[in-house]
Parts: sequence; C-alpha cells; structure tokens
Amino acid sequence: MAVDTALLAEAALRGPSARKAWRRSPSLLAGGTVLLTLVVVGVLAPVLLSGPAGTLTGDANLRPGGAHWLGTDPFGRDALARALVATRLTLLMAAGATALSFVAGVAVGAGALLAPPRVRQVLLRVVDAAVAFPSLVLALVIAAVLGAGAGSAVVAIGLAGVPGFARLTYNLTQGVATRDFVTTAHLLGVPGPRVLARHVLPNVSGPLLVLLTSSFALSLLEISGLSFVGLGVQSPQYDWGRLLNEALPSIYTSPWLVLAPSLMLVLAGAGAMLAGDGLARLVDPRQAHGAPAGTRSTRRAAAAVTDVADGADGAGAGSDDAVLVVDGLVVEAAGRRLVDDVSFRVRPGEVVGLVGESGSGKSTIAMAVAGLLADGLVADARELRLRDMDLLGRPPARRLATEIGIVFQDPSATFNPALRLGSQLTEVLRVHLRRSRTASRDAVVAALTEIKVTEPRRRLRQHPHELSGGMLQRASIAAALSTEPALLVADEPTTALDVTVQAEVLRQLRRLQREHGTAVLFISHDIGVVGALCDTVLVLRDGRVVDRTTGAALRAGAADHPWTAALLAARPGARHEEATP
Amino acid sequence: MTATTAGEAPAPTAGGHARARGRSVLDLPWVRFAVRRAGGLALALALLVTVTFLIVPLIPGDPARAIAGSTASPQAVATIRADLGLDRPLPQRFAEYVAGLARGDLGTSFRYRVPVSDVVTARLPYTVQLAVPAIALVLVLAIPLGMAVGVLTRGGRRRRLDVAFGALAGTVAAVPPYVMGTLLVVVFAIGLKLFPPGGAQTQASLVLPILALAVGPACAVARVVRAETSSVLEQEFLRTARGRRLPAGRLYLRHALPNLLTSVLTLTGLVLTSLLGGTVVIENVFSYPGLGTGIVQAIVSKDYPVIQGIILCVGTLALVVNLLVDVVLGIVDPRTLTGGHHGG
Repeated sequence: MAVDTALLAEAALRGPSARKAWRRSPSLLAGGTVLLTLVVVGVLAPVLLSGPAGTLTGDANLRPGGAHWLGTDPFGRDALARALVATRLTLLMAAGATALSFVAGVAVGAGALLAPPRVRQVLLRVVDAAVAFPSLVLALVIAAVLGAGAGSAVVAIGLAGVPGFARLTYNLTQGVATRDFVTTAHLLGVPGPRVLARHVLPNVSGPLLVLLTSSFALSLLEISGLSFVGLGVQSPQYDWGRLLNEALPSIYTSPWLVLAPSLMLVLAGAGAMLAGDGLARLVDPRQAHGAPAGTRSTRRAAAAVTDVADGADGAGAGSDDAVLVVDGLVVEAAGRRLVDDVSFRVRPGEVVGLVGESGSGKSTIAMAVAGLLADGLVADARELRLRDMDLLGRPPARRLATEIGIVFQDPSATFNPALRLGSQLTEVLRVHLRRSRTASRDAVVAALTEIKVTEPRRRLRQHPHELSGGMLQRASIAAALSTEPALLVADEPTTALDVTVQAEVLRQLRRLQREHGTAVLFISHDIGVVGALCDTVLVLRDGRVVDRTTGAALRAGAADHPWTAALLAARPGARHEEATP
Repeated sequence: MTATTAGEAPAPTAGGHARARGRSVLDLPWVRFAVRRAGGLALALALLVTVTFLIVPLIPGDPARAIAGSTASPQAVATIRADLGLDRPLPQRFAEYVAGLARGDLGTSFRYRVPVSDVVTARLPYTVQLAVPAIALVLVLAIPLGMAVGVLTRGGRRRRLDVAFGALAGTVAAVPPYVMGTLLVVVFAIGLKLFPPGGAQTQASLVLPILALAVGPACAVARVVRAETSSVLEQEFLRTARGRRLPAGRLYLRHALPNLLTSVLTLTGLVLTSLLGGTVVIENVFSYPGLGTGIVQAIVSKDYPVIQGIILCVGTLALVVNLLVDVVLGIVDPRTLTGGHHGG
C-alpha cells in the first residue's frame, strides 16, 4: 500500500496518458466492479436484510449450511446478513475519513505552495516529520483525545492521512507551478488561488486519484482495525471490524463467525488495490504499454534466406589469419530485419570502422558480435567466428570475457552506480582469470596509468559518480584491454563526451591499440572520427553495407559512393549535433 | 521519509561551512548525512513530544471531568486536576512535561499507580520481539521472491507467471494483519493445533503473530522488488556486467541486488514503519502483553500518562526504523548520503 509520492509526482509531470488505456486496464475494471458491487450491497443490504441480521432467534451458533451460508452467531443472527448489512457503515466511515484526508491534505499542500517561503519551509518540515510515523500511531493519539467511538475513529484515521495528501499535493503542484502556462497566468495577473484551481489542480488530478483510491482502502482497513480492537464502532452498531471483534470470544466454539467479516475486508481491500493499480498504470505512461513480446524466430529459416544474397567482396576466401570473421550476418526483431546480410573481417592489429546514421544497424552488429543483443533480437549468420571460436554456438564464458573487450557508449550509464570502480574494473581478471585481488588491482592500476588516468589507486576506491565522463571512459578502455583481448569492440565510445574530451580519449585509444596490436571494431555515427581512426571503413544504411572504403580515402575526402559522399558533406553541420546522437 | 525529502536543498549551514573552509570534516559523506538527518530527527521528536503533550489539553470539555467519569465526586475530579496540573497555565505544564521526559520521568499510571516508565519497559521487549523478526521476515521473503519473479519474467518472458504473481501477491498484500492473524489462529491454532492461539509464554506462541504481521507486507514489498528488478535488468550497466560473462549468481546478486535495494528500501521504508502500527492491532488478536494491548487498554480506561508513554515509545521506534533504513541505504549506495535524488 506504499504510494510513493515522489514517483507519482514524477509520473504526473511526464504528461497525460493515452485515453485508450482505459479499455486495456483489466485490473481497473475488476477493482471497479468489486467496489461498485460493494456500494450496491451497502445501499440495499440494510433495507433487505435487516431482519435476519438483527432478529434474535433460537438458531444460535449454527454451522455454515443450507439456511445460513456462513452460520449464525450466539444470538441466532445470520452471519452473512450481518456482514452485508455492515457494508454501509464501513463504506461510509471509510469515505468520510478519506474525504477528510483529501480536503485537509490538499488544503495544506496547496497552502504551503501559496505561503511565503519561510512558512512553507516550516510547513513542509512538519509534514515530512509527520509522514515518518505510522498513520495508526497518529490515529491512536486522536482516539485517545476523543475517546472510543465511530465518529472519533473516522476523524482519527482521516487526520492521520493528511500528511500524505499534503506532501503529494505539494510535490505535484510545485512541479506544475514552475511550468510555462502557470507563469503566463501569473503574468496576466490571475490571482494565486485561482491559478491553483483553474490551471494547477486539473493537471495533477491523476496521481491524486491514485492516492485517493489507495487511501480509501487504507482508511477502510484501519478504521475496521480500530473497531476490531474496540476503539471504533461500539455496540449495538456494527461494522466489519466490530463483527470480527465479536467473533473472537467464541472463536473456539464457532470459528466460522470470522469468515464473513474477513471475507468482506479482503474483498474490499483487494478491490481497492486492483482499482488503484489500474489507475496508477493509466497515470504512469511507463507502465501503460506492456513489454514487447520477444518472438523468437527460427534461426535456420533466417539463414536460408540470407544464402541468396551474397555479393559482398570483404569476406574474400583464403585469409584465415582474420581475428573476426562476420559472414552473412542477419539480425531480426519480431520479423523486422535490423541487419541484413553484413559480411566483413577484422585482421590482427586492424581497426575496422562501422559508420552510419542512428538506426543503420551499426550498434546492433557490434552487439551481435559481442553476444549481447537485447531481448527479442535474434542473430544468425553463415559464419560468425572469433579466431577459432564459433560465436553462433555456446562459446565458453571465460573465453568470451577475456578475448572480447567491450567499451560502451555512455560511461555514466555503463558503470554500476552502487559498486566501487575497483571491483568493477578488476572483475574479469578475478572471476575468469582467477587472479588474486592484489594482482588484479595492480594490473588495472598499471592499465589506468598507461591511459593517463590520474591517481589510479584512489580511483579504484571511488564510486563512478565521483569521476568525470572522460575519466570513466578511459577506465573502461583500460579495463577492456587489461585481459589482452583479441578484439576490442568500441560502440560509440566518445559520443557521450564533450568534444575536447573526445579527442583526447580517441588519441589514447589509438595509441594503446598500436602498442598492444589489438584488433578493433569501432562504431560511430561520426564519419570524421571513423576516418581519422580506422584502417577499413564500412558505410551502413538501413542494416546493409552500402560502401566499403578506407580511413585514408575518407581523410582525403574521397568518396566513390554517393551515400558516403553525402555523409562526408553533412559532416560540418553534424558537428553541432554530437551531443544528441 | 527518505523519498519525500528528495529534491530539497541540503542543510544550508553544512554546505556553506564546508565550502568556506575548503576540505573540512563536513565534506565527509557520513558527517554530512549525520548533520542532515539530525535536524529532521530532532524535529520529528519535537513533534512527537508536542503531540503527546497535547492529548490531555485537547480533550473536549473539562479533561479532569472526562477522565474521572460522570459519576465521580467533585473531590475526585479536583484530585485528578491537581495530579495532571490542569490548574497551572499551559506553557508551564509543557515545560514541566519536557523536563520530566528529559529525566526519564513519564508520570504515574492512573490505573496501576506505578511509574509509566515501568509499564513501558515491561511491555516494550514483547513488542520488539514481534516487530524485529517480522521486519526481517518481510525482507527475507520479499527480496528473493520478487527478484526471482523479476528475473524469470525479464523482457516479457513467462507472461502467465507474471500475471499470476501480480494477482496473488496483490490480493495477499491487501489482507490486513488482524484478518490474517485471525485466519491463522482459526487454521493453525484451532484447526491443526500446531501453535498456541495467543499469549507469549513460549517461542512457539510468537510464530503466528510474526507471520500475521509479515505475510501481507512481504507480498507488497515483493511486488515492488519484482518491478524494480525488471527496470534494473534493463539498465546499461547490467549489459556491461553481462559483457563480463559473469555467472548468473554473481550477475544478479552482486550487480543487480545493490541497485535494487536502494529503490526498494526507499519505497518500502513506509511499509516497514506501518508494520509497527500493525503490531499494535495484532497484539490484540493474540492477547499478547506488548505495547499494543497496553495502549488499547489505556485508551479504554483513560489512563493518559500510559497513553503518552506508549505513543512516545512507538513513535521513537518508528524513527529508529526510518533511520536504520537510511543508514542501510547509505551503505548500499553512498550517493544517498549527501541528500541528492535517489530512487526516483
């Protein structure tokens, strides 16, 4: 039942969700149906069933059976009828408490927004402090002041819910209040409370509705809890909690009496929970559309198709010294072909570049080679081989980890934020090469020193967020090279970095590549970078290789193929857009 | 608490001093954490003390008459008025109340004629005996279960398991502890006679109350863990870890789990403190001699000093749980120490 206000606020600010989702939310439908049924029962049961629920008869303590589905109590009253009749009082009390929480909470939250900064700070601090306590503790304080009774239980639970609504309202409205249309309204001289009512509150209604639903469920269960311990509804009135309370003394002789009120409480709780879940899904667009169903197409069928088209010259026969052989690579996702019949080789010490726009399939090729395709993507090829290792089979983890070094695009996202750099950078050495902790640390420190990371020993004790992007990316390269891999796969290694940092990282990469003689598969959307760094260059478009050229030719500005020429021509303009690939 | 403070500026004094003096002790993350949390803790305690003090003055009508009951003699009412100091002005009474608390003096129970601190210290261990194992059980059940389902259903695999788990865990999570407790008593104490139905005499009598407290919250937390697992598994750093071809155990436990814990603890801190509220109610199912039965009896018999004492005690426990959650968060993910955004 934990409704995280910060998350809800964030969800609301991401914008309105699709209206169609209404129909696609079965949990909202189910929960709504349950709640609606309960409301109907609450209206009708006291009218229709007051006889069996209230009349004292001689049929005391009957087991559940024909005439009395859930048995009778010690006074001969029907247990089910009493539970159904109690629905009205239970729902009314829960509704009352929720309304109190909502009105007072929204008022406090909105008040904090409109109040002068100093008052606002005090209010927010107090609300935060109050949220830290379980709501039942606050409810007990109020029950202590007002004494036991139905009214005081409603007020107690209602007031206990105020801090939650206040905090959510404030978080939500504060986010909206700084948006343009609100500022505009202010500038037009619309008074504060009016801005709030007309422009702000309608925009935050989604998450508030979710909290309202879960708050209703919580109020219902907590008021029943108070009645259950004897602090809520008093005899002769009864709600579900009171019925459960009255069933306890005779629990040995007639245990079935707990069934009816328990059933109703669970039903109401589950109904409100389902409805709240459904609403939250509507409000939060992240959850609105389900995860894509990963259809696993048959690999062999895809391979049969690729046999037809093979005109590429790069995969020429005879050169068996190649580190990496890619022949007829196809990658498909749910029937859509992302990479279509791509063939190339990487020889020892060679830097092969894949260049193309985003969506051209270049990163997909890199991940297919590395065996790290996302869920739902399926790769196949006539041949996919690293030295003597068939990458299409199930190569041993140890060889994959040590023979392929990988550098990913965004260093701020590729490091685990919760772990120190030392444990991440030395992991392959420790896990796969079984080196000791000290030996692998020394090796990584040496590698970091080589790539000119300052204070390498201290870096190992730091967390990723304490380093700059450039430093992190150098550390990635150092770690990737620390196992002396046969192939380094560098997937847009500098795209997320500042232009000045980019040049330095590329320079270090090139230097180390030359010194170690490592073969590199280098992926970039920047034809200038590829030209400067690579020996051989493949130009990709829509998952196909459209041109094969050399770094030297690109540096000279020579392009035979019109698409390569277009990329070269677009380069000066593209320079400005590098931050947003 | 942790989630709601996100997005605010850190305590201005701490930041200012640290910057003025360059690298000082205030730059250390744990010191900054302590400074920041101490303020919040002090305010929460002040709120707790004020609210418990206000219970008596806020009683509608004449508190002394309300406490003594409508049939009491004028002398009895006068005695109670003098006992509670209701004839003295409010600020003075507040000062005396705070001074008493500082000495560890919580007053004297009307009903038992013994110091309230004795009543509280006699009952507190029983409540802790329920709450601590229950909190531990919630985490021990929820994290492996939620992670296992999250891993099994990653990337849209096993839709049916996903739906079944969501429905089942959601329903169980909606069962309040007192209903769970009552049903457990009917099935396991009365039906199968496996455990005693109440009391606190034996270790076995703790089993049902702890289960009743933990099962619902465990399901609620497991749903959160499952959702967080799916989102962590899609993070890029997990692809990096997969690129290191780690064994499944290491991949999920060393790389996914710490990141999960951060958001799960942030989201479930409130669930864990509300479990303390559940303890108050559940003790009444099992006629268990803890703070929960104590406060209900005290409210019924209008024993205000005991009410105040128990509220102070349960409130402080809630603050301790909150603080522990934040400390664990700080150990798991040091970024949370400096009061920045987390979990969102």
